Amino acid sequence: MTAHTDHDTVTGDTVNDGTGAEEGRVYTVGGEDWDEVVAAARDVADSDAEHLVVNMGPQHPSTHGVLRLILTLDGETVTELRPVIGYLHTGIEKNMEFRTWTQGTTFCTRMDYLSPLHNEAAYCLAVEKLLGITDQVPDRASIIRVLLMELNRISSHMMAIGTFGMELGATTVFLYGLREREKVLDLFELITGLRMNHAFIRPGGVAQDLPAGALERVREFLAVMPRQLSEIRALFDDNPIYIARTRDIAHLDVTGCMSLGVTGPVLRAAGLPWDLRKSQPYCGYETYDFDVPVRTSADVYGRYIVRMDECDQSLRIIQQCVDRLSGPRPADDPVMIGNAKIGWPARLALGPDGLGNSPDHIAHIMGQSMEALIHHFKLVTEGFRVPAGQAYAAIESPRGELGCHVVSDGGTRPYRVHFRDPSFTNLQAVSVMCEGGMVADVIAAVASIDPVMGGVDR
Amino acid sequence: MTANGTGPDSEGPEQDKAALAGRDRLAEQIKRTGMFGTQTTGDTSGYGGLQVRRPVPLPAQRPYGSYFDAIADALTAALGDPAAGFGDAIERVAVEHGELTFHVRRRRLPDVASKLRDDPALAFELCLGVSGVHYPADTGRELHAVYHLASLRHNRRLRLEVAAPDADPHIPSLAEIYPTCDWHERETWDFFGIIFDGHQALTRIEMPDDWKGHPQRKDYPLGGIPVEYRGATIPPPDERRSYE
Repeated sequence: MTAHTDHDTVTGDTVNDGTGAEEGRVYTVGGEDWDEVVAAARDVADSDAEHLVVNMGPQHPSTHGVLRLILTLDGETVTELRPVIGYLHTGIEKNMEFRTWTQGTTFCTRMDYLSPLHNEAAYCLAVEKLLGITDQVPDRASIIRVLLMELNRISSHMMAIGTFGMELGATTVFLYGLREREKVLDLFELITGLRMNHAFIRPGGVAQDLPAGALERVREFLAVMPRQLSEIRALFDDNPIYIARTRDIAHLDVTGCMSLGVTGPVLRAAGLPWDLRKSQPYCGYETYDFDVPVRTSADVYGRYIVRMDECDQSLRIIQQCVDRLSGPRPADDPVMIGNAKIGWPARLALGPDGLGNSPDHIAHIMGQSMEALIHHFKLVTEGFRVPAGQAYAAIESPRGELGCHVVSDGGTRPYRVHFRDPSFTNLQAVSVMCEGGMVADVIAAVASIDPVMGGVDR
Repeated sequence: MTANGTGPDSEGPEQDKAALAGRDRLAEQIKRTGMFGTQTTGDTSGYGGLQVRRPVPLPAQRPYGSYFDAIADALTAALGDPAAGFGDAIERVAVEHGELTFHVRRRRLPDVASKLRDDPALAFELCLGVSGVHYPADTGRELHAVYHLASLRHNRRLRLEVAAPDADPHIPSLAEIYPTCDWHERETWDFFGIIFDGHQALTRIEMPDDWKGHPQRKDYPLGGIPVEYRGATIPPPDERRSYE
């Protein structure tokens, strides 16, 4: 017997799909018909001959967006799980080939919408590598990038843990998680102007400097966060229900992670302290003092603990960023590369219309130098050229290794951009984690991977 | 009689070409092309896809620098006889932007990959997937598959690049050696039409199963797909009717 939700099938009918193969009885679950489904399931259990095929998603609150899981059940045991993706494919990689290198950040920030700044950073690091300007990116820009990425790591983990709690029935944690995430989004709004989809990190630096008062707000955030995190930990860490639902669930050891390409908290919860911020530092991470949290349980609970510990470490890094940014500032301390062929004007002031403009730059191009105006026009409309070649840059996103492979043919647009999104790769492991387990643990397993479908499908 | 002496009486085909051209232009039926889309390439760069002829990059010469020589030495040793092994399997070695690339002959790819994974001196345990690139101008080698490998034991990175002609888009699958390539190879098949021989279920992964064409190829246009919503079909932006 199968049960799936094709709209054209009739409840309880035997369906022939036209191929001559008998598909069995199909039940369309449309709500308020639970008794029929239970009765049908009981019939199957009595007949002990067939499996139940359940189509979970793509519209299901526990699938983190539009993930579809096709489960084959033998009673409560999952005998086969097939993830189906592609429902959120938006062709971002194709679109980027039709826009300039700078406009690329506007697209890629929308991929993994819970860690937009990591997407931008990975892309910009790859473009900077191709341009050969990695060393010329100003220090202040790198510190701001690190600050934003670590804030983003906290907001992403808060969302992961909050939704995780809700999917296991703990609504309080969901509210706590979203409350903390909101604090980070407020900071993003202050610093970048937007809560999501910032396009703030640009090739060569960042779009503009921190606004006045931003560091104070970050300090306030640093002051309250440890207590807020401990509130969540107080609800979860020793909670017997939570432990029963997560400990020794969805086991995946280091060998499994390696063969399936799984990175990030899942790998670190299996016992391997592999964090690109330590092993292959970028943006000056080697100069920050932080630890890589590791657990050896290789289960859902370990992944949760790793994420919580990572939030603590991110707070440490943010504190160091604030210290560096609030020290005495040299006279010339830009946030965008000095190379005028690449750097966009990045000294923006808020105009009366609410838009950021660079008054000095406008005065220069409009009143003083015709060449500067031509140059500005070319840089903005045509964009800069990137030498032909290819480069790969990888960063540690909240979900694992986020890699960006960029290919240039020497033009003003990317020839090809490919993102190795950690959600896409990690989601392959969900079958291995779930098969042989209980159907209720599928939810915990998917949540522990923390897939973001925007990143999976791009 | 006008001030410049070109009155109605002196008007003729020779005297007033500009006026005639203007009249012709105004007499033409106005062609409106609709609010959306563009009939041109959509290229705002002003270069219109200007092709710059540049010399083919020379293969990197020893020493490659960094840890790259150690990788090349270890792979040479692992593949056995240098002429039939490394020399045959690796077409070209490229070093750019601090990254090492081995251009691998496609029939030797599984052999090279398994050596890279299993040899303790190489130990590339982690494959970071496949990225396809389409070079229509690179005749006979149009489709490239690019693999990024990482060795956690040695903290090293390596790129493998394999080329296949459009007429015979087959590349051996690495899903047996690196199971993570399962979805990545499906994605590359979906977007570029590269057939990974030996893959257990090479089906579309991002596009619908009945999709025609491979969207990331350079000969595949951007957009141009009708939008279907609740039974209604809305033509793509470049085919929508114009509003007069």
